[in-house]
Amino acid sequence: MTVAEPQFQIEESPQNTVTASDTQLDITLDQLKKLVSPRALTGDTMLLNMGPQHPSTHGVLRLLLELDGETVISCVPDIGFLHTGIEKTHEGKNYTKGIVLTDRIDYLAPLICNLAYVGAVEKLVGVDVPIRAQYIRVILAELTRMNSHLVWLGTHALDIGAMSMFLYTFREREMLLDIFELVSGARMMTSYFRVGGLWRDVPDHFVDAVRNILKVFPQRLLDYEKLLRENPLWKERTVGVGVIGREDAIAYGMTGPSLRGSGVNYDVRKAMPYSSYDHFDFSVPLGSTGDVYDRYRCRMDEFYQSLKIIEQALDRLPNGPIVTDNRKVAPPPKHEIAYSMESLIHHFKLWTEGFHAPEGEVYHAVESGKGEFGVFISSDGGPKPRRVHFRAPSLCNLQALPHMSKGALIADIVGIVGSVDIVLGEVDR
Amino acid sequence: MDQSVTTNLGSTVLAALGDAVNDVRIFRDEVTLITTKERVLEVLQHLRDVQHFEMLTDETCVDYYPREPRFGILYQLYSLSRNIRVRVKVMLGEYERTIPTACGVYTAANWLEREIYDLFGITFDGHPDLRRIMMPPGWEGHPLLKENPVKVEEVAFSFNRNRIDAEKPYARE
Repeated sequence: MTVAEPQFQIEESPQNTVTASDTQLDITLDQLKKLVSPRALTGDTMLLNMGPQHPSTHGVLRLLLELDGETVISCVPDIGFLHTGIEKTHEGKNYTKGIVLTDRIDYLAPLICNLAYVGAVEKLVGVDVPIRAQYIRVILAELTRMNSHLVWLGTHALDIGAMSMFLYTFREREMLLDIFELVSGARMMTSYFRVGGLWRDVPDHFVDAVRNILKVFPQRLLDYEKLLRENPLWKERTVGVGVIGREDAIAYGMTGPSLRGSGVNYDVRKAMPYSSYDHFDFSVPLGSTGDVYDRYRCRMDEFYQSLKIIEQALDRLPNGPIVTDNRKVAPPPKHEIAYSMESLIHHFKLWTEGFHAPEGEVYHAVESGKGEFGVFISSDGGPKPRRVHFRAPSLCNLQALPHMSKGALIADIVGIVGSVDIVLGEVDR
Repeated sequence: MDQSVTTNLGSTVLAALGDAVNDVRIFRDEVTLITTKERVLEVLQHLRDVQHFEMLTDETCVDYYPREPRFGILYQLYSLSRNIRVRVKVMLGEYERTIPTACGVYTAANWLEREIYDLFGITFDGHPDLRRIMMPPGWEGHPLLKENPVKVEEVAFSFNRNRIDAEKPYARE
């Protein structure tokens, strides 16, 4: 690779030079020794590498396990194998182009990532979104949440040993992906939400297609419940495993079903409603003990709540515009360009430079399938952000893994990792 | 979120902490408390214990180059009981890329600070496990600093295709 010419040089004063390499610490063996107990150094316990290619680590998570027989003494997660520099890439893209990158963060819930990002930009710029666009966003976000939970349920059950579950959930997931394809043309990398609204209106048969899901899903969910809910094997593997208490879960910054499994009532949709979630009636399922089974129950119950929200949104889906009429951020309709000079200018400006955002910093959070997905944008007043940071729920939830797996059996590690529901694309970004 | 709570929060904290908080900024109903790196732990401790901000949802860094002070460390806090957010911001100069760790106050800061160290090269005093987290251990430099330009490939047209092709890093037929 040719060496990129640095665009500017940092001034270096001769006596007080701090360069990047000076601040870098060399990792010493002592630093690594602290991660495991002293017994590992004498050979009393065994160190075992799990991953990054292990199928039950849901991607490329590497765990360094210290084992005493089958009991886990300490667990050191090693992440970063999927680091793609999304936050850095954002610095070179204008706000509209940045939407495409957000699909790739949590690739199992792309529309929720889109929603968080456009929500943050809308907050920064100060744009109002038409109510129809908000409702369609809610419907699609809930379908995405179900998609995310279906993948979790299938893989989590597969890890623990219930193979058939995986086949059923992926069958149903296909129905949801068809809806995403219907509205955006892509099954996974949707990029459907735009700043100020939607890319285009949903097709006519969208409502029927979603109603079909509402009709089919309750029966399918019943099948899932029959397979797992009271299944003695399932309960033996999940009840009382990977327990994390209320205070610890909060201290580790856990969010989403992993936090609610410990009985903490925190759901961004309820706490700080965005995209008109306050118009809908739904409840937040809570667990009590904070074990793998409670987290499983929270996510299963969320399926019913998602269906409930979708049904209400479909019933009340208003007509009207799907994108804001603020031409400074949203492009004019194509036919207007033919006769309006101003529209042509807006179109040209938006497609060459992009819109300018006011200088400032905002944080906008949404509830993704994994927890609180936050976007922090620091703007310098130009068309490109100075910094975009994603608050990834998977990262914070995974941080609690060593706490949850201390003293567990090695076979339970796969269950605990599955119950935290991580996506490595989001952990590493 | 209740708007008045957000606006009142700044003045309440300012009254309680006095000179530990230098400035309170409100932008789009978000409160940002500006403090210094000497007092940041005191401010965080107060916010957690007295103001009930139990959760550190996010901690990140912004490189404001060419402005001086250059770096901003941001703590995004959330209060479960009061349902409000607040942001604490510490500015660090070009030659003082170090700050005390918040791990003692919020356990969640551990990996978030490792990420800042990895991507920005800010060191955290007293951090229990300050290693790279995203980049490989042998990596040199810190990718999110503004010294590292975002390299984008130029779009090839007929008039510049040969030049772009000649600069391509890989071997051609």
